[in-house]
Amino acid sequence: MTKEYNLTIDGQKIIAQEGTSILDAALENDIFIPHLCHHPDLKPEGACRLCGVEIDGGRMVMSCLSTVGEGIDVKTDSSEIRQARTIAMELLIADHHMDCLACAAANDCALLDISAYLGIQPDRLERLRPSDKGLPIDESNPFFQFDPNKCVVCGICVRTCNEIVGLGALGFINRGFKTVIGTFGNKPFTESICESCGECVVRCPVGALAPKTPKFAAREVQTTCVYCGVGCGIYLGVAGDKIVNVRADRERPTNEGSLCVKGRYGFNFINHPDRLTKPLIKKDGEFVEAEWDEALELIASKFVQSKGDKFAALASAKCTNEENYLIQKFTRAVMETNTVDHCARL
Amino acid sequence: MNDLIAYQQEAASVWEELNSNDMPLITVGNATCGRSAGSIDVVEAIQAETAEIGIDCNVIEVGCIGLCYLEPIVSIQKQGQPMVVFGNVTLKQVKKLVADYLVNDQIPPKLVIGTIGEEKIGDVPKLFELPVLKPQVRRALKRCGFIDPTSLEHYLANSGYSGLTRAFDVGPERIVEEVKLAGLRGRGGAGFPAWRKWTFCREAESDQKYLICNADEGDPGAFMNRSLIEGDPHALIEGMIITGYALGASVGYIYCRAEYPLALERLRLAIQQAEENGLLGVNILGSSFDFKIKIKEGAGAFVCGEETALIQSIEGERGMPTPRPPFPAVSGLWGKPTIINNVESLACVGLIMQNGAEWFAEYGTEKSKGTKTIALVGKVVNSGLVEVPMGISLRELIFDIGGGVPDGKKFKAVQTGGPSGGCVPEELLDIPVDYDSLNEVGTIMGSGGVVVMDESTCMVDFARYFLDFAEKESCGKCVPCRLGTKQMLTILEDIVEGRGKPEDIDLLEELGEAVMAGSLCGLGQTAPNPVLTTLRYFRDEYEAHIYEGKCPAKQCKEFITYHILDSCIGCGLCLRNCSSNAIIGEPKKLHWIEQELCHKCGVCYEVCPPKFFSVEIRTGELKEEPA
Repeated sequence: MTKEYNLTIDGQKIIAQEGTSILDAALENDIFIPHLCHHPDLKPEGACRLCGVEIDGGRMVMSCLSTVGEGIDVKTDSSEIRQARTIAMELLIADHHMDCLACAAANDCALLDISAYLGIQPDRLERLRPSDKGLPIDESNPFFQFDPNKCVVCGICVRTCNEIVGLGALGFINRGFKTVIGTFGNKPFTESICESCGECVVRCPVGALAPKTPKFAAREVQTTCVYCGVGCGIYLGVAGDKIVNVRADRERPTNEGSLCVKGRYGFNFINHPDRLTKPLIKKDGEFVEAEWDEALELIASKFVQSKGDKFAALASAKCTNEENYLIQKFTRAVMETNTVDHCARL
Repeated sequence: MNDLIAYQQEAASVWEELNSNDMPLITVGNATCGRSAGSIDVVEAIQAETAEIGIDCNVIEVGCIGLCYLEPIVSIQKQGQPMVVFGNVTLKQVKKLVADYLVNDQIPPKLVIGTIGEEKIGDVPKLFELPVLKPQVRRALKRCGFIDPTSLEHYLANSGYSGLTRAFDVGPERIVEEVKLAGLRGRGGAGFPAWRKWTFCREAESDQKYLICNADEGDPGAFMNRSLIEGDPHALIEGMIITGYALGASVGYIYCRAEYPLALERLRLAIQQAEENGLLGVNILGSSFDFKIKIKEGAGAFVCGEETALIQSIEGERGMPTPRPPFPAVSGLWGKPTIINNVESLACVGLIMQNGAEWFAEYGTEKSKGTKTIALVGKVVNSGLVEVPMGISLRELIFDIGGGVPDGKKFKAVQTGGPSGGCVPEELLDIPVDYDSLNEVGTIMGSGGVVVMDESTCMVDFARYFLDFAEKESCGKCVPCRLGTKQMLTILEDIVEGRGKPEDIDLLEELGEAVMAGSLCGLGQTAPNPVLTTLRYFRDEYEAHIYEGKCPAKQCKEFITYHILDSCIGCGLCLRNCSSNAIIGEPKKLHWIEQELCHKCGVCYEVCPPKFFSVEIRTGELKEEPA
């Protein structure tokens, strides 16, 4: 069994498992420590330097990189810590394209959250020289865009692509202040090995990597992705009678919050005008819309004449496991053949 | 082991023969400093010239003797005579040198620097009695400039690999003990005790350990490691084998920047020679110790001198530092315990094993033992590579060895430790050159770069230069370094270009302290040093720029104007040289400068003959118009 440690964070006694970072232990117990480059799915990086805490009154350590220990006393705030965080945040804001009103991350921006937590003062910001990078926005990808002027170079996208997706489509380019995130050779996303899964987009703490058409859902419906046999858990965001976005279910053991390009972005077929909503029957060489009863009757009459080797069933992977089970049962038991397959190669 | 002893004896007789036979021995400094002064052509010319006259002689190419300002350096030893060292022997001088000295025994007085050996020739001074060399103690650099770096025999004949044989005799524990007794501290920057770092690695349990030699010397103006490798590559190889043996590491890497092609060539040859002679490979000298050395060329990123970034680079990743712990000594290259030592540190390990800990610690201060190689550059008469006992004062280093500031100008400050270090003003020049004393005044020893500045250096512009370097070389990973150095740089640019604001001085200090305290690695943690030390010692210069619109050093273009004085005789030299047609005047009449047109390139100041001294640079008179 994993060891448990008793420790104190800001006077609050908490218990945490061995190996847990101080930052994670604090966040799990509703104690906020500012952080920008940390993501619970990824290895700690220690790059943003915002999550510094004091342990046992000693010198500042990064709480994302330090693990819990028995009896330690952690302070998440002090004048030194606040000073270090404030300057780091001021530097970030002076370098950031503060396009908040038009920004996709407006209601979910780590930069704004931390600014509010620290109480960043506009008059202090005025002392700094704002940077105007004026870098081009990469809009090549049909599902998301990358605005390097909003990027805080936290590296979460790079680590996501390496650690979660295992693709390595992203990396750091240039040195110093000119460091940017980019694909190999800093080509547009569509000219790279990027698979458009959007794992980086959902983890971007600011609006640098943002979905192209962010639509806010009125409510969410928990369901399973219809594409392949993996069965990823998703939440469909619904506005009115339309599905407007898809969010991965972090609790579903099959995907633990991850999705592929189809599951995350491939939902426009639902309301697509080309989608079949009624059965078609070929009459005189032309497909003609029919009612369900007519269609089912026709199918039944043909099935009766087609038992045995004449028959084959091909089911869709978009069906549930139960539906696919029924198809094969029907094929074997009723149609008396084993020629049954499905298209789980979508 | 016996093979080596036999080879050492053979090498000794080859060396003896070279130095005592009746053929003159001619050595030419052919390291990078010599080559950039034209030594490759000089070697060819000497060979051609002596062949033409019909003199049989041995011409060998040697490394840098440290007197870089006198390159190309040619030394000639005739039988029964001390070796005579000549400097500034350019291609044109070769014929004369050969005719005068080699043929006619006449020493050309303009070329001669000194003699090496017991006897004297006339009034030619002894080389090592010269002020530039007398205070020096050349140990790590002892062989540099004297042996042929491509010859293993030359190295062996000069006590080479005797440290290795002794190391195998005494065993790893005793090696660590000796390095501890010697008080060897890392020569690469931070001055961490070598034995302590080694002990972490020795205590870590692992099936594989690595030794890495950090030869990524990246400080502007520093060339200690390059010269050492170019002049005496086997000293590094020997130190690495001993260290690898002490650590229990079977693989060593030399991480050397690709901009050091000659050093790499020397290293490749030295490794090949060592392999061919059983000094590298399996069962070295019958000790049952296996060790191989690989070379990894770096692309010249300054940050790759940082241990964790260097490891990333060897692993094929982008050179970006990773947080510590884990320390490389516990989990380094490929996750295995790894020791990273600087070139000079490793060469010192060889010296300690050759001569003993006591010998090594003869020189130095209580906490900084031994000698230190220093690249002495900037506004100093004798620029070059020197090796001094730790504890020598900065004043001795700059004024005795360095010969002071050229052109009669006044000394202003000295920067030690490269971009990570700070500057030291005149009033602190008596502090000793050791790790702790330099730290106390806000700078560092670093790897040994010393840049001297005279009164014509603007300290704000100087800080700007180093911040520009640090900002460009930052890996971009952590916020304080990536954005803090840029912010500081922009503020400094504003100040030198006349846009400084009164609150900028406090802001620079606040940002500097935040970058130092908050950065992930040593690069950011030290990058503000040039700014903070200039603010500490030369605050008045910052204030003059911001409050008075003046650059006291008369360097920042925004704050200076050029003026022609009444002493002008109208020779027209400045007028003809002015590229912006800003100088107006008729021959033999007083000229003047049209300030609106002047680009402040300074050509008029440069070309005005000193006897007239008619061009003056003024600062703080921006709006003045000449009559």
